[in-house]
Parts: sequence; C-alpha cells; structure tokens
Amino acid sequence: MSAGAGRKRAAVGLTIDDLRVVGVALDGKVPDAHPRDAWTDRKLHYSLVNPSNRAKFKIIVVGTGLAGAGAAAALGELGYDVDVYSFHDVPRRAHSIAAQGGINSPRARKVDNDSIDRFVKDTVKGGDYRGREQDAYRLGEEGVRVIDHMQAIGTPFAREYGGQLATRSFGGVQVSRTYYTRGQTGQQLELAAAHALSRQVAAGHCKLHARQEMLDLIVKDGRAQGIVVRDLVSGKVRAQTAHAVILCTGGYGNIYYKATLAKNSNATAIWRAYKRGAYFGNPCFVQIHPTAIPLMSTWQSKKTLMSESLRNDGRIWAPRQKGDPRDPADIPEAERFYFLEERYPAFGNLVPRDVASRNIRERIEAGYGVGPLKNAVYLDFKTGIERLGVKLIRERYSNLFDMYEELTGENPYVTPMRIAPSVHFTMGGLWTDYDQMTSIPGLFVGGEASWAYHGANRLGANSLLSGCVDGWFTLPYAVPNYLAGLLGKAPLDHDDPVVAQTIAEVEDGIERLLRNNGTHGPDHFHAKLGAIMDVYASVSRDPEGLTKAIGLIRELREEFWRDVKVVGGSDRLNQELETAGRVADYLELAELLCVDALDRDESAGAHFRTDHEVDGEAKRDDEDWCFCSAWEYPADGGKHIRNFEPLTFRAVPLQQRNYK
Amino acid sequence: MTDEKMRLILEVWRQDGPRAEGRFETHEITDATPEMSLLELLDRLNHKLVEEDVDPVAFESDCREGICGTCGLDVNGVPHGPEDNVPACGQHVRSFKSGDTVRFEPFRAKAFPVIRDLIVDRTGLDRIIQAGGTIAVDAGTAPDADTLQVTHDEAERALDFAGCIGCGACVAACPNGAAYLFTGAKLAHLALIPHGKQERAKRARSMVAQMEHEFGPCSQIGECALACPADIPLPAIAVVNRERIRAGFKRKAN
Repeated sequence: MSAGAGRKRAAVGLTIDDLRVVGVALDGKVPDAHPRDAWTDRKLHYSLVNPSNRAKFKIIVVGTGLAGAGAAAALGELGYDVDVYSFHDVPRRAHSIAAQGGINSPRARKVDNDSIDRFVKDTVKGGDYRGREQDAYRLGEEGVRVIDHMQAIGTPFAREYGGQLATRSFGGVQVSRTYYTRGQTGQQLELAAAHALSRQVAAGHCKLHARQEMLDLIVKDGRAQGIVVRDLVSGKVRAQTAHAVILCTGGYGNIYYKATLAKNSNATAIWRAYKRGAYFGNPCFVQIHPTAIPLMSTWQSKKTLMSESLRNDGRIWAPRQKGDPRDPADIPEAERFYFLEERYPAFGNLVPRDVASRNIRERIEAGYGVGPLKNAVYLDFKTGIERLGVKLIRERYSNLFDMYEELTGENPYVTPMRIAPSVHFTMGGLWTDYDQMTSIPGLFVGGEASWAYHGANRLGANSLLSGCVDGWFTLPYAVPNYLAGLLGKAPLDHDDPVVAQTIAEVEDGIERLLRNNGTHGPDHFHAKLGAIMDVYASVSRDPEGLTKAIGLIRELREEFWRDVKVVGGSDRLNQELETAGRVADYLELAELLCVDALDRDESAGAHFRTDHEVDGEAKRDDEDWCFCSAWEYPADGGKHIRNFEPLTFRAVPLQQRNYK
Repeated sequence: MTDEKMRLILEVWRQDGPRAEGRFETHEITDATPEMSLLELLDRLNHKLVEEDVDPVAFESDCREGICGTCGLDVNGVPHGPEDNVPACGQHVRSFKSGDTVRFEPFRAKAFPVIRDLIVDRTGLDRIIQAGGTIAVDAGTAPDADTLQVTHDEAERALDFAGCIGCGACVAACPNGAAYLFTGAKLAHLALIPHGKQERAKRARSMVAQMEHEFGPCSQIGECALACPADIPLPAIAVVNRERIRAGFKRKAN
C-alpha cells in the first residue's frame, strides 16, 4: 500500500476511548403500536396543512434522484412551494438512473407465499437486525402502491404474456417480488420521477435550480432554515431560506475512490449538515456488492456494477486449482468450485450481498482469482443458457451483457463474466427519526442519504424501493406535519446575520482551497484515501487495522491541507474546485467511518469484524450492540460523540442469520 | 491489463465561455493503453495538466456506464466517438493506433451553446419534456397496475423507446440539429403507457411545437440513430409526424 506505508507516526496505541465518548440514548419517535400498525397510527396523528395554506410554505429539496424528484413532485402536486436543487444539468441524470436489476414490492400476487410480513422479515434479517422493523413495515406497505404509481407515470414494467406484471428473484429472498424493466429499472423509474417533477416545474409549483451544489446548511434557533449553494457555472455563492429542507443527496461510497457510484456522487451535503448538528447514523455500514467488473487498468476511473439479478441465472465459481492458467472453457466441471452453491445450499448463488462478497474475496485472497490480474471469479451463464435458451437470457439481461462486452471486449454469452466485489451502497447516512427528520428540526432526509431501512446490509432491489417510498409516500406525509406548526411564520429573512455568516464561511472554505498552492490536485489525495479504506475498512475489518487506518487518515488530511493544489479560480466553472471540496469532506468522514467500525465491537451484516466470527460467519452481539450509532459532531474539536438509538424487535425476533 | 503503451496526439477544444472565442489545443499522451475509455484518456490528460499547473479540460460525465447520458462530446467529428451506438464513456482507445490524432470537440448544434471547453447546455431537450412529456397522475391516485393489462410485446416496445438516455447525440449528429429522434422516442414511449394515452394528442401538439421552437427540421438522413447510444430505433423520427398528424385530426386531449 502506498499511502503512508512505513511511516511510524501512525496512531499506534490509540484505543476507542481516546477517540470517542458515549453520548445519550435517542428517541426514534416510533409509535408504540405493533410494528405492523405503526405507520397507520403515525399517519392518523400527523397534523395537516389546509390546501389553501400550502403555497405559503417554502420547502427546499436537494437532489433529484428517486427520493428527491419524488418528494419534490409529490409536495408540488399537493400545492407546496418547492425549490429543487441539483448539481446536474438536468434532474434526470441523478445516480438512481444507474440501478439495474429491479424494485422489490410485496404485492404478493403469486402463490409463492409472499406477504408484507415476509418482506419485513427478509429486510430486517437481511439487514442483520440493525435497522427498525417499523421502517421496514412502512417500506413494504407503501411499496405496494409504488409499483402502481410508477407504472402510471411512465415506467414500462416487464409483463408476462398474459399481460400481468412480471417479477424475478433477488438475493436474500426465496420468493419472487422484484419488478423490473430489463436491466435498466433505475433508469425507467428515475425518468418517470424526473418527468413528474418536470410537470410540477411547468405548473409553477416547483422551481428548478440546476448546476447548483449545496455547500452548507443554515441553522437558526435550532431549526434548519435554508441552504447555501454555489452556482457551478458562475461560481456565485448564495443562500436560500425555507421552512424546511429535505436532503436526498445519495450515499458516500465514493469515499473508497473507485466504487460503482457515479463520478460526481459525493457526501458534501450530508457531511456539512452533520457539521451543523445532524447526527450521522452507522457510518461503517458500507455495502460491498459482490458482482462488479474488476479493475483492469491503471486509469480505469471506476468500477461498474453487474446487477445482482444476473445471479438468478448465472453461477459463481472459481477454479479448484490455485492460479489455474487455463481458459475457463477448458476447465472441466469437476475442477470448478461453485463455492456459494456448496457452502449455502438453501440460497445458493442468491445469498445476500455481504455473504457473497466475503466468499468471493476469500477465494481471490486465497489465490484462486482469475483474469489477468487474478482479481476476479467467474459468473457463468452456460447452465442458464442451456436451460432457458439464448433468447430468454437476452430478453432478461441484454443491456447488461452489452455493457459488459462494451467495457471488457468479451462476450458473456460465450465466455463467463469476470466479477469482483466493489463498494456500491452505504446503508449508513444521516440519522433520522421515524418521520425521516434528523436531529435538527426541519431537516429531513430521503433515500440513500439517510440511515433508514437497510440496517447493516441492504437487500438487492430494496434501494429503488426506499427511494420511491421516501419520496412519494413518506415525506409528503411527514414534512407537512412539521410545517403545520410554522403556520404564519415567514421563512428566515435573507438579511439575517446567520445567513450572511454561513455564506461567509462557505466562501472562506473555497478561498482556503484556492490559496493552498500545493503540488498535487485533489484526485491524488482521493486515490490515497481510497487505498487506505480498501485495505482496512472493506469486506473485513479488525481493530488493529482500523486503528492504523485512523492514524493514516489523519496524516493524509494534514498532507492534503499542506499540499493540495486547486488550479483555476472560483468565479467560473471549475471542476477541480468541486472535487477538492468533496475530497476534503471525505477525509473527515473517512475517520468517522473507521471510528464507528472500531467502536462497533461485533460483526453485523456488511460490517464483518474478524475478531467476531463463528465458522467464517458474522457474529452479532445483541446484548451490547443492538442499536443505531448516531454520531454527533464535536463542535469543540474534542472526541467523536456516539449517541445511540436502541432497537427492539417484536415482529421479527432476534436470531442469528443462516443462509445455509 | 496489457503493458502496451500508445502515443496519441490529443487536439482539444478550449473555450472559456458561451461568448468567448474557442480554439484547439494540442497535447501528447505517451502512456495511453488500449483498454482505456476515451474519457479516461481525458482524465489522463487532465491529471498531467493539473500537475503542470494548467487548467484542466472541462468535460462532463457521471455514471460512466452508459446510462446517465451526461457525457457527450465529438471525437474526430463524430458524436461520442468512432464506434456506432456507444456513448463516449464506452468508447475506447483500442479504436485507435499509436501515433493517431484524437480530436475532442463539444457537441456541435445550434441548440447546444458551449458553456466551457467540451461542456454544452442541453437543457433544450428538457424543455421539450416540460412542454408535455409527462403523465398527469398524482401520487397515490393510480389504480392497481395488475388490473391494467399491458401485453408483453407492448411493454417491450415501450421500453425500446423509453431507453433514451437524453445525451443529445442525435441532435449533434444531425446536419440540421433536429431533435426528432429524442422527441419521437418520448412520444412513442408515452403513447404505449396506459395512462399516457389520455393526453396523447395534446402532448404531441405541445412537444412538437416546443421542439420546432428550438431545434432544426428533419431531413430523414438517419445519422441520429447511428449515433444513438441507447439504440433508439430510427422509426422514432416517423413517430413525430405520425403523432403530429394524428393530433391534427383530434380535437380532444387523447
């Protein structure tokens, strides 16, 4: 590893007590009703805003992925005055668009014994009991009509020959509840949502601010009252105030430098909200997706996902012989190790992502990797094609197969795909209560940016669902409940000293980067950070490695501020400046992620600690760790403060996961 | 990974703003490799420029998997690059040989003004959507999607058109700067969705009017479909006129 190798100044001897203090127990404000009835109960008790009063409320939505576009459109439809911000040129480019395989919904039309209760069980168990079961119920209940709505506004879901909606299976589940449009489900949902937002823009209910990046949150009197943005074309920094702010700004997986996320996906909005007082939930829960196209060259800019849906008809294997140099076609069946099928006969290739990733990484690290860099295993469609025929396989996955061939030059109809794990999704995010409101009143979060729903591991096809449910069917209920208490109050005056102060702080931060005059661009430091994270905070972690990583991150952060260089000025489009700000935030968030991973003295879902395992499987500690860690920014520069929300399970009793 | 290093001459368009004078700059990359994408070639160039304290080339990209439609530039005069029906992020250095010149320019279309270097403003496409490329169903009001029968083939055909990634290559490829492929794809897709049928004629009238307001006419040359990274079928351009004529006979919204 290049980053800091051989340096002795690393934080040797640091213990968790030197890094964090334990704060207070938090109330998630979950209704007392049975988890199954919690959402109905909550909706019944929500305050409402009269239709004639809605236009008096200004709401800011940041981000236009499934959650953001949905929330903005739905609130616009209800008659609120919504301002929408996106750093893209147009809303429809948000990264939800790249999701491939499908969207879960427990509509339970088939006789495979699906139900909302089963969906909740799968989701809670898949998340290794580190999310709220009440959240999962809301996801399942509202998920039923998400399909109706998205179909109505333009998503051409796949249909059976009889004209009914088609479904397929996804990992961690034994029923077929995933709705899809070939391998481009995210695209079709995102386009439908963005077009619905367009309709509200045309109607004058939503105002769109494209190519503007949120750089800070305005907090006054303990309430979120606006944001500060930079116009990415003119460079101008300005503020907008509102009654409420909704962040739907996605996950922070790009902290690992080369992930499957879009190049511009970043953590800046949520990180800066954190630094203004919003708690950060479970930052160490990072999903490593088992099937991505591995790195093949030095300049490869990112990794590309190959959908989990491929595991329906593809079989994962590695040669039984170490470093087998033969072409896969020349390796006889007996010398192929279908390790997921053998180790997990009940779920086979469809084990949850964390289990699949760990097993694949284990094979690669043990020397059984394939491909020129020996950094992959095979995902083979031979059996699937024999069983179903090329035509059906093409209909299910053609765009994925084409994409694979485009990127690698190899034809997966003929030769198996080479795949390897890659960072893909972050279950952690800003801590929210049951109403999706953060610890700062008036600041709401939707989609991947929040910690909700997925616990320590997200099931495949649950992310499109959570984005849609938050946007269309949760925030439009929860945000008005908050607004109702503000009737008669105008949004914060733009001349308020807090507004000027927040703008000034943002401008100072930009100036500091521009004046730094170092020797390397921000990308140089991002690459180094990724290397640290990849070694010490990936599919498996241990206290020694994490402690070392924290030391290395602190050194790298110092080095960044000593040596970063940002070419160009601030008064125009400057992509180096955008990157520099995002990398500066990653360098802080990375430390919190590692502190959380060090603090969480158990294994849970994607957080696999080698000092907490039984027979290679994650060993949870429900006695001591059955809670969400909600980290609070130490404004005084002291130790990280870990608050906690205890989690209780009534509908899905605690049990150790077993996919065997 | 190969060890093969290629030398490529990069001619890159530089332009400070919409009204500024543009110019080509020439750079040399000596360590290109065949498996690099053309955007990674620009990354390589920018890395070198930043290390030399020179302003890097502004260009757009995001997902780099061919689905977001953010990337878009001309390579040797062709939108996205030498391979047909592949977005810039999926175009590779392997299409060139060592010693070749690769010329990067912004998409050239009257409706796409240059913002900086290789970045253009493509929001004109979204103004066509805003004009009526939507379905007027509010959250929560839709009927059960299983009670609406859609045939397998109809759903597949809708998706063939709905796959448009909105990159604008069709406009850049067209000598007239027409947006027929884009608009036709949207009209065809929405006309095949059950709820989209209610406003079919009204939508055609308003979207076509907005399209003609900003973009050029169609001469049915077919360059657009060759450039299209989403493989939108060429008949989409005929859909524009079909829907326009259909709407002409209809007095109602549907």
